[in-house]
Amino acid sequence: MNRFTWATARTIAEAAAAASTIVADAMTALPETAGPGDGTIVKAGGIDILDLLKENLLVPARVASLRDIPDLDAIVEEADSGCRLGAMATLAGLAAHPLLRQRYPAVTDAAGESASPQIRNLATLGGNLLQRPRCWYFRAAEYRCLRKGGGNCFAIPGENQYHAIFGNRPCAIVHPSTVATALVALGATVDLIDAEGAVRRLSLEDFFLPPERDLQRENDLRPHEILTAINLPPLPTSARMVHLRQGEKDAFDWPLADVAVLLDLSPEGICRSASIVLGAAAPVPHRAKPAENALLGKHIDESTAGAAARAALAGATPLAKNAYKTPLFEALIRRALLKAAAPIVKERG
Amino acid sequence: MASDDKPHAERFPFGIVGAGLGVVTRQLPPDEPPPLAPNADLAVIGRPVPRQNGRAKVTGATRFTVDISLPGMLHGRILRSPLAHAEIHGIDVTAAARHPGTRAVLVVARPDELTGATLRYVGAPVAAVAAVSMVAAAEALRLIRVDYQSLPFVADMDEARNATAPPVFDAASAPAGYASGFPARLNLPLDGNVRGPATDGRGDTAEGFAEADLVVEGEYRTQVQTHCCLEPHAIVADWRADGLTVYMSTQFTAGVRHELAEAFGLPLDRVRVIVDGMGGGFGSKSTLGSYGRIAVALSRQAQAPVRLVLDRQEEQMDSGNRPATWQRLRIGAKRDGSLTAISLVSYGTAGVALGAGVGNVAQALYACPNFAAAQYDVFTNASPGCAMRAPGNAPGAFGLEQAIDELAERLQLDPLTLRDHIDPSPVRREERRIGAERIGWRRRHAPGADPGPIKRGMGVAQSLWGANVQTNSACEVRVMRDGSVEVLSSVQDIGTGIGTVLAQTVAEVLGLHSEAITVRIGDTEFPAGPPSYGSRTTASITPPARAAAWRVLRPLFREAALALNAAAEDMAVRDGRILVRGDSGRSIDFRDAAARLRTDRISAVASRSDDYGGFRWRMADAAQARQDLGGVQFAAVAVDTETGVIRVERVVAVQDCGRPMNPLLIESQVQGGVLMGLSYALFEERILDRHTGRMVNPNLEQYKLAGACDTPAIDVVVLENYQANSATDAYGIAEPANIATAPAIANAVYNAIGLRLRALPMTPAAVLAALGKFPARS
Repeated sequence: MNRFTWATARTIAEAAAAASTIVADAMTALPETAGPGDGTIVKAGGIDILDLLKENLLVPARVASLRDIPDLDAIVEEADSGCRLGAMATLAGLAAHPLLRQRYPAVTDAAGESASPQIRNLATLGGNLLQRPRCWYFRAAEYRCLRKGGGNCFAIPGENQYHAIFGNRPCAIVHPSTVATALVALGATVDLIDAEGAVRRLSLEDFFLPPERDLQRENDLRPHEILTAINLPPLPTSARMVHLRQGEKDAFDWPLADVAVLLDLSPEGICRSASIVLGAAAPVPHRAKPAENALLGKHIDESTAGAAARAALAGATPLAKNAYKTPLFEALIRRALLKAAAPIVKERG
Repeated sequence: MASDDKPHAERFPFGIVGAGLGVVTRQLPPDEPPPLAPNADLAVIGRPVPRQNGRAKVTGATRFTVDISLPGMLHGRILRSPLAHAEIHGIDVTAAARHPGTRAVLVVARPDELTGATLRYVGAPVAAVAAVSMVAAAEALRLIRVDYQSLPFVADMDEARNATAPPVFDAASAPAGYASGFPARLNLPLDGNVRGPATDGRGDTAEGFAEADLVVEGEYRTQVQTHCCLEPHAIVADWRADGLTVYMSTQFTAGVRHELAEAFGLPLDRVRVIVDGMGGGFGSKSTLGSYGRIAVALSRQAQAPVRLVLDRQEEQMDSGNRPATWQRLRIGAKRDGSLTAISLVSYGTAGVALGAGVGNVAQALYACPNFAAAQYDVFTNASPGCAMRAPGNAPGAFGLEQAIDELAERLQLDPLTLRDHIDPSPVRREERRIGAERIGWRRRHAPGADPGPIKRGMGVAQSLWGANVQTNSACEVRVMRDGSVEVLSSVQDIGTGIGTVLAQTVAEVLGLHSEAITVRIGDTEFPAGPPSYGSRTTASITPPARAAAWRVLRPLFREAALALNAAAEDMAVRDGRILVRGDSGRSIDFRDAAARLRTDRISAVASRSDDYGGFRWRMADAAQARQDLGGVQFAAVAVDTETGVIRVERVVAVQDCGRPMNPLLIESQVQGGVLMGLSYALFEERILDRHTGRMVNPNLEQYKLAGACDTPAIDVVVLENYQANSATDAYGIAEPANIATAPAIANAVYNAIGLRLRALPMTPAAVLAALGKFPARS
């Protein structure tokens, strides 16, 4: 780890003024010239940044902490009965939040299943959404891959058992955020604020950038912008949501597959709308549109759920070592749909 | 008390408690303590005494090697090869030496004019620096310029076996022995990258297979597993004019002292090795190692203490590992299950090292008149393997125990019934009986019987491990005039609690509580203790501890006898008092007897006697008892046939280690063995990038270790199995507890889904592939 200067931002404006450098941009310098430039990066919980610093993948001149900005961790119910999640809310805080648990259980499940208890206590929602990919070639200084400004993807011809099965060319990372899978399924939006206080709001789905739009950045965060909040839209009372996650291990593991579904069913059980998002499947949270379309106007049962799951995977392009993800995702999508469509059993107070 | 100055016969407990405990008469060497009663009749030995250093460990008070800080101490760091195979044509350390923080620079891979230095794996040490801070050391390291010429390499074992593969070594450069003290077969032929075969055999397997009614045949693969010690390899070397002191996280203080004396031309009395707390070794901290040599050389050059700690990436990439293996087993049997022939061919790779065989389970676990084995080592451009918890037998059992399970099915016999027929060990027979009852073996059903996608199954597997002893093991017991007692040995506590067991041993002899005994270990200033590898620590050091305590008691008995007006031969101890046997009214406090001593301190030193029944073999300081250690484990699993996920729900481990000295510590070690075996079975794998030979998962995030949520219910049962071999009759448990877990899980998976997974780790990808859930790719 190299020396850097530490700064503490007291306000969002201060932080945005300081945030001259996007982490992704700071990581594309040639290794020979790598050294502290004059840029400032911002740090939320620090979980990812600290890893990158320790591995010398990131050599910033200045790090500005967001932790002293008041109220940035607030979780607030909006007037329209949507919900605003402060970017500095921790994963542990999200997982334990009673209102979220009741209204948006896919979010609390996704947050609560991420990482380990110690990490969830420090990791923030904003940091989780902005963390860099976990591709083991990207994370090793020895490989100057496409995403770090190099000329090759090492995973596609190499060890790719944990890599993407959709949209995996020319870069085969999977998006690392489990929470993002649930948030995109719910149609969440993201607030980005600049130093003048101007708010740029866009859908989270559009915020994430696939490799064909940007090979080196996973999202549309710009210099001098701070991600301040995620907005969850109000949902009809008939909405059902489920998030399922499968790792190799049950303790502290990255997912092999994440699935989030949001269904709106008529009183007769007919699917009026469906949102199905796959995590650990593609460089961005992957919207399974063919599966969504397959469900519209149908009763959800073993047969339609299975057909939707197959439709979701029809376009998959697995690499040499990750074809197993296809049946795994099919199973999780089918289970998530059946679970979401199952009659709601009121929990006893 | 019998006369003890000449050999004499004594009657010892012998056999398994609860399954035929008897008596045997043994000839005792002179000056040996009398027979020790079975645990039920003892006060301290055999009791579940919590480890003495437990509180210090959980409160962070324990001093590990990384906590050692000496005045003027420097920080060492190693520059490592980025290439899997390369020749160094030049190294320029000028700029590194000029860095203001640098105090010493060492070229490790020294190019000479003729051939250059050859590096054979990613992570091989190239050079090293010692500097005033860790940051300065890292900066200086980056200033070293190395002129590498990349060479063709081979990191995959199957490819390395091809005649056209790039050779890793030639005959002159290939290693001849194992790195960590295991005897290598010498003078085996080297053909390309393949060395061997090391052969073993008895009878005639061709005849045996001809006589067989049935033959099962299978190929099994195991992966490279890394040791993952939570405490990294660490050393603080302090070179001074009057001698060398080394603080090191090591499994063998006395052995490291020998290596240092030889490597640096020092007499033994000028070398001292110290270790206090240790966070695991599992075989990877058995020797001085290149990092140890580097730290000492840097300290000598800098004339200052040097601390060198491997980071997690170095731990994963170059601190040893369990070699990968491939084995083909053929087993012939009669209809009644009697084995007629076993043949084994194995290839394994320990990278640039030797020692990748699959052990002796196929040879020795079951009765079979005809046996033939040919085991090969394959060199690859990968970091050197070394001993890891049950080297050889852990991968060996994964193959053999699945083959036996398959044989049972083909013979339409219960796997336990078949083993009752072919396993000559009465110990494992009892272990099978107990384990079957505990796990509810009667409820085991046919493969695939569960409705729904989740299939449950039960499996069993057995282990075999030698009962190892280090004869070069000594212990001192001191008693002060105030009645305080110390036990001293250079034996180290690798984390299993041997210090507590020594306190129990001495306390039993002296009639004291174990907390009353001060334990001083892990320092070569004390009598030479055994290594903590090969599951030999307890077997080697508790007998001399008891002998020393027994000898130091005699002057106290003499003083007590004088005080009580009785005969020294009639003295006994109980609850802190010395008393006249058969007359409990006449007694003296242990401390009052000590106060009568002529000098401030009395002391006795004892060394490990030969086993009373004789050893099976003995080589230099190492020996092996005539009887092996057993162990039978049962696993209950649930397999999700849609996601491919295997979850182990329960493991029953029934083990034996002679006399259990401390059931609490044994249980804890068995749980560790089971967990390590489960992790080996389902999760762990060193993954090398095929195009660069570099490990892509050199951390604990992507190298997957079982965690709390992956831990099943583990039910541990430990037999009391007396063999009348030594003053304590105790043996080790570390390795036996780690052998049977993976095959027991594999057999349970077969019982769940009717498919046999013959390769480790058994990941969701492997399960889904076996189930044919996705199209196979070439």
